[in-house]
Amino acid sequence: MKKIVVLAKQVPDTANITGNAMKEDGTVNRAALPAIFNPEDLNALEMALTIKDKIGGEVIVITMGPPKAAEILKHSLYMGADRVMLITDRKFAAADTLATSYVLAETIRQFGKVDLVLAGRQAIDGDTAQVGPQVADKIGFNQITYVSALQEFDDNYLIVERDGEVQTEVIKTGYPALLTITSQSNTPRYPNCRRMLQYFRADVKENFSDPDKPAAEANGWVIPTCSMDDLKLNEDRCGLKGSPTKVHKIKSIVLKGGDLKIYGTGQTDIKQLVRDIMKVYVEVN
Amino acid sequence: MKSIVFIEKNPVSGKLRNVSIELTHKAYTLSNPLKGEVVGVFAGDALPENTDDLFRFGISRLLYFTDARLKHLHSIAFKHIFEEMIRCEEPDIVLFGATHTGRDIAPLIASSLKTGLTADCTQLYIEDYKDKGKILYQVRPAFGGNILATIITPDHRPMMASVREGVMLLPEDHLNHPVKIEPFTIDFNESWVKSEFLSVIPKVKKVDFGSANIIVSGGAGVGSAENFKLIRDLSNALKGEVGASRAAVDFGFAEKDHQIGQTGSVVRPKLYIACGISGQIQHRAGMEESQKIIAINKDPEAPIFNIAHMGIVGDLNEIIPVMLRYLKEEG
Repeated sequence: MKKIVVLAKQVPDTANITGNAMKEDGTVNRAALPAIFNPEDLNALEMALTIKDKIGGEVIVITMGPPKAAEILKHSLYMGADRVMLITDRKFAAADTLATSYVLAETIRQFGKVDLVLAGRQAIDGDTAQVGPQVADKIGFNQITYVSALQEFDDNYLIVERDGEVQTEVIKTGYPALLTITSQSNTPRYPNCRRMLQYFRADVKENFSDPDKPAAEANGWVIPTCSMDDLKLNEDRCGLKGSPTKVHKIKSIVLKGGDLKIYGTGQTDIKQLVRDIMKVYVEVN
Repeated sequence: MKSIVFIEKNPVSGKLRNVSIELTHKAYTLSNPLKGEVVGVFAGDALPENTDDLFRFGISRLLYFTDARLKHLHSIAFKHIFEEMIRCEEPDIVLFGATHTGRDIAPLIASSLKTGLTADCTQLYIEDYKDKGKILYQVRPAFGGNILATIITPDHRPMMASVREGVMLLPEDHLNHPVKIEPFTIDFNESWVKSEFLSVIPKVKKVDFGSANIIVSGGAGVGSAENFKLIRDLSNALKGEVGASRAAVDFGFAEKDHQIGQTGSVVRPKLYIACGISGQIQHRAGMEESQKIIAINKDPEAPIFNIAHMGIVGDLNEIIPVMLRYLKEEG
């Protein structure tokens, strides 16, 4: 019976950014971007559920974010998570990876003895890949990053493959450990129909009307939340205050217009293009 | 403004990774004008074969710690060793290669030192900031490469940043620093070893962008895995390397090793031929520094034409065969 915590994040879908995603002033128009479950966090959740399915245990998905981030927790419930927790507080705003990892590490401590923490390798909005390791450092777990496959596991150990860039490393670790998971590791399962029926009304408490609250509580529809004070956190280590890095300025990337020579598609045009290519070719060979 | 550069060895070849040399030079250009020193730090089972290259590019001292147990990435051991080196040297700046090793260890160190770490920087420069004196400005893409953010760490030291391989350029001229290699002493604690490495399988390197002068890349517009053969043929004819956009990799036209862009390799060849690649920011982030860019695309509005030097608007499946024929004729 293992207690597994999955770190998840709701992110803007940066892979499908369209024209109106950037505002005139060069900042990101978050409202125009669909918010999704960070893809590699789904791989982390899948791995947690795979382990639970075989050796038993409890899968707890936690996320730090605004109330809207409860959407990914609901999705986690659909997939099979036993418990979820939304860590939300205005004081967490503008947290960099150091401040974020502090909050997540302290939240993990609330769950008592945790055996395994799984997280996506990186989130697609920042691509830093830093939060996982920085949580591992704070909770003192062994760390394996870039896990690309789960080979075998039982109650005492896990054997995983790590993408070491120039080599694949087959690594055995005991518990407790924190792994960061890449998209190669598995294919996340679909939401389970029965669980969708069970949890389709799941939401944070404030979104239920007062008359609905008792029924929501009774049916397990209330997505639990916790704040900075609930976690008894040090305010100086949270949010902007607790972040050593500051965003100095942001600009959207503007295409630089170069001198473009357009060739036609006729045979002579293509022949000229090839001649121009050959000039470069002769230079370099 | 003293800098520390994390020196990394390619475990397969036993040589320095290019990114370590690139960062050495970058650190030198940051520190030297301010009379600061650049110190390399290395930990591993044995020193890399070609450490002299570091001195040619601006390191004045190389601190190293070797132990057979460091053959493998025991993250916690590396963290303790580098953290101790940083505490002893008290640098202002620490630079890491954004490799799978650097990205494993650097966040642990930043967490322990409670300082800022900025990942995957594309530009680093030093300027005054308010009353804080000179600090490091760290420019990095975010939101899938759609924005460039300038990040600063005004109140904490060291200011840590990572940079991907191929992003920082090397100069033509080399320096000739006197060589100082200094062993570092630390008690290796057995409890730092928490993983057991059962086996290590070198990846067969299929793609070598670093030494390619010409790269021919295909994108979603190639249409199918069969059509992608045209990209390989054109690349072969030009003795180049084959690249691919993320879309082409996602569609299964090419293998992941070929991917160029924000989440793939960063390349800077003499000539880059983009075939059926629309030129989304995520791809441009990996190739826009190429010296000459040729775009072949059906869509005249494709953003790739905004950065291309030469272009043809048309179907690559018709154009490339003609190009191949003329290439043969031209010899």
